[in-house]
Amino acid sequence: MTFQPEALPAALRRQFPLLGRTVHGQPLHYLDNAATSQMPQSVLDAIANHETTARANVLRSVHFLAEAASAAYEESRAECARYLGAGVPEEVVFTSGCTGAINLVAHSFGDGRGPGDGRGPGDGLGPGDEVLISELEHHSNIVPWQMLRQRRGIVLKALPVTDDGRLDLTHLPRLVGDRCRLVALTHASNVTGAVTDVASVVAAARAVGAKVLLDGAQYAAHGPLDLPALGVDFYAFSGHKTFGPNGVGVLWARGEILADMPPFLGGGEMIRRVTIEATTYAEPPHRFEAGTPPIAQAVGLGAALRWIRGLDQAAVQAHLAALTRRLLDGLAALDRGRGLIRVIGPGDLAARLPVVSFTVTGAHPHDICQILDRHGVALRGGHHCAQPLMDRFGITGTTRASLACYNDAGDIDALLAGLEDAMARLRVGTGASGLSNP
Amino acid sequence: MSEDLYQNDLLRLAAEARGTGRLQAPDASVTLDNPLCGDRITLDVQLAAGRLSALGHEVRACVLCQAAASVIGRHAVGETPARLRAVAGEVRALLKPDGGPATPSAWPEIAAFQPVAAIRSRHVCVELPFKALVAALDAAAPEGGDA
Ligand SMILES: Cc1ncc(COP(=O)(O)O)c(C=O)c1O
Repeated sequence: MTFQPEALPAALRRQFPLLGRTVHGQPLHYLDNAATSQMPQSVLDAIANHETTARANVLRSVHFLAEAASAAYEESRAECARYLGAGVPEEVVFTSGCTGAINLVAHSFGDGRGPGDGRGPGDGLGPGDEVLISELEHHSNIVPWQMLRQRRGIVLKALPVTDDGRLDLTHLPRLVGDRCRLVALTHASNVTGAVTDVASVVAAARAVGAKVLLDGAQYAAHGPLDLPALGVDFYAFSGHKTFGPNGVGVLWARGEILADMPPFLGGGEMIRRVTIEATTYAEPPHRFEAGTPPIAQAVGLGAALRWIRGLDQAAVQAHLAALTRRLLDGLAALDRGRGLIRVIGPGDLAARLPVVSFTVTGAHPHDICQILDRHGVALRGGHHCAQPLMDRFGITGTTRASLACYNDAGDIDALLAGLEDAMARLRVGTGASGLSNP
Repeated sequence: MSEDLYQNDLLRLAAEARGTGRLQAPDASVTLDNPLCGDRITLDVQLAAGRLSALGHEVRACVLCQAAASVIGRHAVGETPARLRAVAGEVRALLKPDGGPATPSAWPEIAAFQPVAAIRSRHVCVELPFKALVAALDAAAPEGGDA
């Protein structure tokens, strides 16, 4: 490959105005992309352009601006559909984010029209019906199902996790039985970076007629998808983790499923005809978009996905794999075989995203992150909204570096230098009492 | 700010770990979680003759939270519940962004937490042990009630 490791991020970096700033007098090393990624100039321009030339409410007024706003909003939906490999734009529902999308499914598919007797996707789940999640899900893909359990008496099961932070799919035959109606798993872990073997999950679910939901919050930023080929039924992700704005996300679902599902929220925009006695609902996707949607945000999301599609995906992947390797090797070198630094995640770069979580014996993740912040390095420490996974590993939190295409070797080296400083300040490995308490 | 944060005072306070360990027969025991990071403190109190007679805590947390628990462990025994609630109030005031310098406290170590005021996301780390202390006192000796 002719790819030059540093040429790629340098060219990309220039497109992100925020990355040029300093923090605490240091160049910014932004390594918290799994929480929120930054927006390139083209996305910022698309939002500003929309707000200054076409701002109006959508799908109601007939004036010029309203037409322009509606066109931009629907074009953005089409862009999302192209990115996801979806058949038609109508399979794309704009939500407030990934959490909003999963909650929509928990209500519209989970509750459905009432306690499920039939097997239609709009019939809803009833007592004894099963939803399978996993121990490494984000709270956003746990709590909505616990709430559904409270409403409907469903049974919630969880797939275990291997010692290197992957879903343990050997348990699928045991956990996906006749009563299983939905398998809701993350496409990639926001803690361990492990990427889910979707084909195995889909095969197990299909065998019993269960639907599959993938939480794409982490995976979606890493290149265009072909959801119909993946064989899943629902896909959820957020704009702010895909180089777009926050306040917007997407639920994709197969057309025939959306068509049968009742709405979740009621209000304007989602109706066909309202009388005081009764209401008939609009067709999807508008049935699921009650009220004024996040219009400029949706336009920004469309621009962000277009921007990702314009990248050389193979070069980006090679670049991120090289940086992940550099980070993993650097952590091992810093540890010097003392067993103080423990990476929680797969060692195989092909099976993981550039999301690296680690613990340091004797140093709390928030203390590490606070000291690294002075070095200009933005990391995240804590439970990452995945407390069952923390319990699985017997820890309260990890320190996490999550990379995007604009990161470079300088970012990784700044992290490693900062971590060395943090370990010294926190007296890691010196046997100092009291601080070994993460 | 973390240059100041991780100066020796806080590290020393955390390392001293005063008051660690559980009480055998507490009058009240409270466990609080820090939702930000999943840290946890369990704090036991025992009262006699209207004063705190014994205290113990178990902390699984960052340096800031450990240091705060250690300060409590150093000073709280022998104080009245009213005085302890006032100290918790002092800590809250110290962390207010525009709170200015700490009101001089009988617990001089509290001033070491001043640099945390500028870091909103870490206030809860310092406050957690004090919240646990007040909650334990509330359970053992309700404000205005007989101790
Ligand atoms: C795997 C995963 N799922 C869901 C979410 C929730 O995303 P949002 O907060 O944007 O709704 C996140 C965010 O961190 C995530 O990492």
